[in-house]
Amino acid sequence: MGFSQTIQTKFKLILWSCIAIFLGWTCIQTFILFWYDIPIYLAIIDSVVSASIYAISSYVIANALHYYQPEKDRYSYVLVWIIFLASLSAFCIKWSLQLLIHNEDYLAVILHSLPLRGLAGSLLIGGMAIMNVLWNSQKSQSEQEKRKSDAEKLAREAELYNLRQQLQPHFLFNSLNSIVALIGRQPETAKKMVFQLSDFLRGTLRKDDQQFIPLQEELDHLQLYLDIEKVRFGHRLDVRTHVDERATDTVLPAMITQPLLENAIKYGLYDTTGKVIIDIKIHLQAPFLIVQIENPYDIENTLSKKSSGFGLRSVQRRLFLLYGRTDLLQTKTENHTFIVTITIPQPHD
Amino acid sequence: MIKTLIIDDEPLARSIIKDYLAQYPEFEILQECNDGFEAVKAIAEHQPELIFLDIQMPKISGFELLEILESPPAIIFTTAFEEFALRAFEQHAIDYLLKPISKDRFDRALQKYLSNKVPQQDKTKKLINTLQENKTYIERILIKTGTTLKIIPIEKIIYLSADDDYVNVHTDNGDFLSNKTMTYFESHLDPAVFVRVHRSFIIRIDQIVRIDPYERDSHRAILRNKASINVSKSGYPKLMKALGN
Repeated sequence: MGFSQTIQTKFKLILWSCIAIFLGWTCIQTFILFWYDIPIYLAIIDSVVSASIYAISSYVIANALHYYQPEKDRYSYVLVWIIFLASLSAFCIKWSLQLLIHNEDYLAVILHSLPLRGLAGSLLIGGMAIMNVLWNSQKSQSEQEKRKSDAEKLAREAELYNLRQQLQPHFLFNSLNSIVALIGRQPETAKKMVFQLSDFLRGTLRKDDQQFIPLQEELDHLQLYLDIEKVRFGHRLDVRTHVDERATDTVLPAMITQPLLENAIKYGLYDTTGKVIIDIKIHLQAPFLIVQIENPYDIENTLSKKSSGFGLRSVQRRLFLLYGRTDLLQTKTENHTFIVTITIPQPHD
Repeated sequence: MIKTLIIDDEPLARSIIKDYLAQYPEFEILQECNDGFEAVKAIAEHQPELIFLDIQMPKISGFELLEILESPPAIIFTTAFEEFALRAFEQHAIDYLLKPISKDRFDRALQKYLSNKVPQQDKTKKLINTLQENKTYIERILIKTGTTLKIIPIEKIIYLSADDDYVNVHTDNGDFLSNKTMTYFESHLDPAVFVRVHRSFIIRIDQIVRIDPYERDSHRAILRNKASINVSKSGYPKLMKALGN
């Protein structure tokens, strides 16, 4: 639709340009001839004939340029066309006027002014040609830009999708393994875990088509994840969530906090054989939602940055793709506590 | 009785192996380990013949644990996710079990173990070699002293020196003996950071304070911690290249 529409507008534009050339040139030439004391009826006949032929030539070149769009280094061809059409126009004018006018004196003037008529034709046809070339190149450029931005958008969406998906397989298979273990020993717990896992996965799938969700929904989803992790890791895990009242009406990218919690559990759990306390603190610092997750951290036996950070890196990448900023995820260590903070810009309304 | 260990960070994952193994009276589970640190102790203490080893464990992965054992027993890996490295197991490990682990699959792995018990140690050694070949530059060194495990991030290393069959890893917090070879470290440490300047020395180039001529054809590198390291005739150009001269 868009394409045929632009073509139609283009032809309309060409037509109106030709009409403008016809009317404009008729007036200008009549005025000039009249100025040089040519009888008015001769001036009008000459001007109408000349203007018609220039307009037709302009129409021809505009159409030709629509079907043949010269490369950047082929503009000389266009110039040749212009000169050719202008010369042809001049001779057509001469020939037509010889048929219409029988005043010998004036015919001599026409013959004499042939180069001037050719020049005028070149200018008019050339103007038309330039207008068309510019129009074409601008259009192809904007089309190219649109294609580029479309491609970028697709790539971005695919990457966001992948980042969300990558978090699942380990968690899923390990949870299934836990369920298998529970079936014999604690069938009720196994059942419960199947339902929890189903709810969690459903949430993950549903959230694929909506980027942003209310904080409460994200927290509910996080709780499901946590319940499953508690079954896997048992009593050792204690997660405390503190949400500031003012932060309840906020939104955030779906599932952005889960990899952070996963990371905290992974690296918190293994540094002690005792109970592990993970703190989730959420507050509003207008216009930003601040989510902070803290876990105990053993500096001595820590994993290297590279291997510990897939979850964190994927969150950082998602935040960058969504907001175009690299500073929205920060980590720091304080007295054997690892703190990761994400800052979520809130929409304005 | 076949002495067996189960190493996995998830209690339920361990219990499933325990359940399956209950039907095989010839296997005796000596201990269940929650992480690599416990495992090192348990392996030294019990000298198991078979280990069920989880790959994805924090702190030390199953692979890393394997590398620091002097005489690793037969291994059956357990893992949630197929990874590239698993291909190596086809040839060398007894087997690997993908989670969730089915009884059928578990039985087959055990049959495989029972049917060719003898050359297991060689197999595991070969596996370790394969893993090492595939590896990119290491980021830390794991050192086992007796039954305790020490993790040294490579940023902490000042230099390495040959010490009989061992390699002495020198850090600000002291020296640690590794059972790996100089050749291993030379090929597994990033050559942009570490240079083998002598048959017996690998130094971290950002620790160098100055380089002095010493005797004929040789030099000495003075390090930040005042250590003076011999730089051999062949080591000197390598060092100069790494330093960008």
